[in-house]
Amino acid sequence: MSDSPILDVQGLRKSYGKLEVLKGVDLAVRERELVFIIGPSGSGKSTLLRCCNRLEESNGGAVIFDGTDITAKSTNINAVRQKIGMVFQSFNLYPHMSAEGNVALALRKVLKRPKAEALERARAALDRVGLSDKAENYPNQLSGGQQQRVAIARALALEPKMVLFDEPTSALDPELVGSVLEVMRDLRTAGMTMLVVSHEMRFAREAADRVVFMDEGHIVEEGPPEQVFGDPQMPRTRDFVSRIDH
Amino acid sequence: MEFILQNFFNWDIVTQAWPLLLRGFGMTLILMAAVIPVGCIGGLTVALLGQSRFRAVRWMTIIYVDFFRAFPPLVLLIFIYAGLPFAGIDLPAIVSVCLAFLLNSSAYYGEVFRAGIESVGTGQAEAARSTGLSGFQTTTYVVLPQAIRNVLPDLVSNTLEVAKLTSLASVVALPELLYSADMARSVTFNATPIVMAAVLYLVLLWPLVRLLSRIEHGSMSSR
Amino acid sequence: MNAEITQWDRFLASFFDLAVMQKYLPNIVDGFLLTCHLAILIVISGLALGLILAVIRAYEFWLTSWLIVVFADVMRALPPLVFILLLYFGLPGVGLNLSGYAATYVTLTLVLAAFSEEIFRAGILATPKGQWEAARSTGLGFGQSLAYVIMPQAIRMTVPPLTNRTIAIAKNTALGTVVGVGEILNQATTGQSFSGNASPLVLGALAYLILFIPVVIFGRWVETRFAWRRT
Repeated sequence: MSDSPILDVQGLRKSYGKLEVLKGVDLAVRERELVFIIGPSGSGKSTLLRCCNRLEESNGGAVIFDGTDITAKSTNINAVRQKIGMVFQSFNLYPHMSAEGNVALALRKVLKRPKAEALERARAALDRVGLSDKAENYPNQLSGGQQQRVAIARALALEPKMVLFDEPTSALDPELVGSVLEVMRDLRTAGMTMLVVSHEMRFAREAADRVVFMDEGHIVEEGPPEQVFGDPQMPRTRDFVSRIDH
Repeated sequence: MEFILQNFFNWDIVTQAWPLLLRGFGMTLILMAAVIPVGCIGGLTVALLGQSRFRAVRWMTIIYVDFFRAFPPLVLLIFIYAGLPFAGIDLPAIVSVCLAFLLNSSAYYGEVFRAGIESVGTGQAEAARSTGLSGFQTTTYVVLPQAIRNVLPDLVSNTLEVAKLTSLASVVALPELLYSADMARSVTFNATPIVMAAVLYLVLLWPLVRLLSRIEHGSMSSR
Repeated sequence: MNAEITQWDRFLASFFDLAVMQKYLPNIVDGFLLTCHLAILIVISGLALGLILAVIRAYEFWLTSWLIVVFADVMRALPPLVFILLLYFGLPGVGLNLSGYAATYVTLTLVLAAFSEEIFRAGILATPKGQWEAARSTGLGFGQSLAYVIMPQAIRMTVPPLTNRTIAIAKNTALGTVVGVGEILNQATTGQSFSGNASPLVLGALAYLILFIPVVIFGRWVETRFAWRRT
């Protein structure tokens, strides 16, 4: 785990008009690491995540992924995005396609795989999230937890080197959260690199290698979960941690 | 009663005018088959330009759309048919009609497609882009299929309007259904041919109106 | 170079001949006023008739409902020009002489009534059932519920589609030219054929833009203001 980071965010800045959301963020994620970002709403967590695959254009600094600066104009961002999966809070499944259709689309159109092979790989990815029996269902026939697992399969099917999770369980009913966390736990066991923005503190304690606390566009503190939750060094972290229920 | 039959449903005239009207009906079908796809493709182009990154392009599409929506289609047709020859451009009637329809209905279809594209949440495009699909692929495979489904009632309604508008071609002497019927009327001094034309339009377009009532009521109650 | 200038001059002379424009301006203004008042009459009577039909249909009496559906379907399926010609050339045969103006007015009023009836009806159906139940539970009768509770909500919902439809039908007043109504287009084409010059057409086109550009922009505003899906 001591090799050079697969994702290296350096001095990243982002503002919307006058509002500065990221004020120079440095963050490194090594291969096979699960890094959790926590912090109050409006702290810039999601923006940081979305800058990592350029869904948001940054205004300064660099994001080095696997040796390439993805903020550079010359980078073929579509090629990079195959290697960085993303899972959204609101799933964003394509409602006009079945579960396997959702997973297969990028395999067919980005990786240019023949239809049969794409569907086969899509089913394998759905099997990995425990949904092989729902391959032909449409999103509106699936529960929220199932939809989110299909979305994870959609990201995994491209065999990414890393997956970004943007509050993957926030839109779910409490009883459905477990199934999604279960899939994330399996991914960690399999050695997937993950960067997660989430409010699931118990999961963070149990599964994260490192927890990063963000506030007002800065990284305030980072460290192993025992330290950030159990013995926070900075007053703002202490304040935040004391107010969340465990 | 006899009187009304004589004037509106005169069987002798029906048999006389039938071949002429049938030919006109054929022309009307050809016209519809030409102008509906032309309008759709034009409208799609307008809608996609309206999503451009460049503000100037977006503004130009708005001006284009509003300009041609402000013109009654007949005015546009006459301007092209009777006005352009003064600029040394002499177009055959059928070309004038197609050009007028392209300009008019691409503006209307453009608005329909724009509303459809805007009805698809941004999360859809983000999800597609995050898997490496290009902007064009995202539009083709993810955004447009949903956009079209969301505005299907408007698309059908607009298509019905375009189909009816083909009757305007009669004004520039294109021998479609209404023109043929009016010819037959002026020769026979009897309104029966126009009634026949009306019946043919009804046979062709009534199913579309029924379909529209079906899908429209569904769409209003599920906002 | 010279040739270009003469081309350009020819173009100006054909489309922007000021003398011709000046001569036909009064006619175009007459046409403009006629188009305006014809359109206003059609809008008022068409919407009123459509509203009445929608209210009658809300009572769900099978015979009236059936008649209204047939009427609305026929008027929506027929090209308006067909109906204008039918009235204009057909009715004299049964001893009823309708002027071109009257034929245009009647046709477009009926077309607008048909479309607006359908839109009002959709609005009534879209008003939640709970509104009916709440109104009836306070002792309001069917007609009272419709008048005080349902219609105000239904009409509000129908504003954007109604605006668009009304604009489209108001523009159809140009069809009157085919049966000799002296509206803008008629004045413009008459001027063009008398003068052998396209300037009256340009003037007519300008008149339509002056009349309808503000209306189209108003329609756009209504659509965002009421933020309701068009039908």
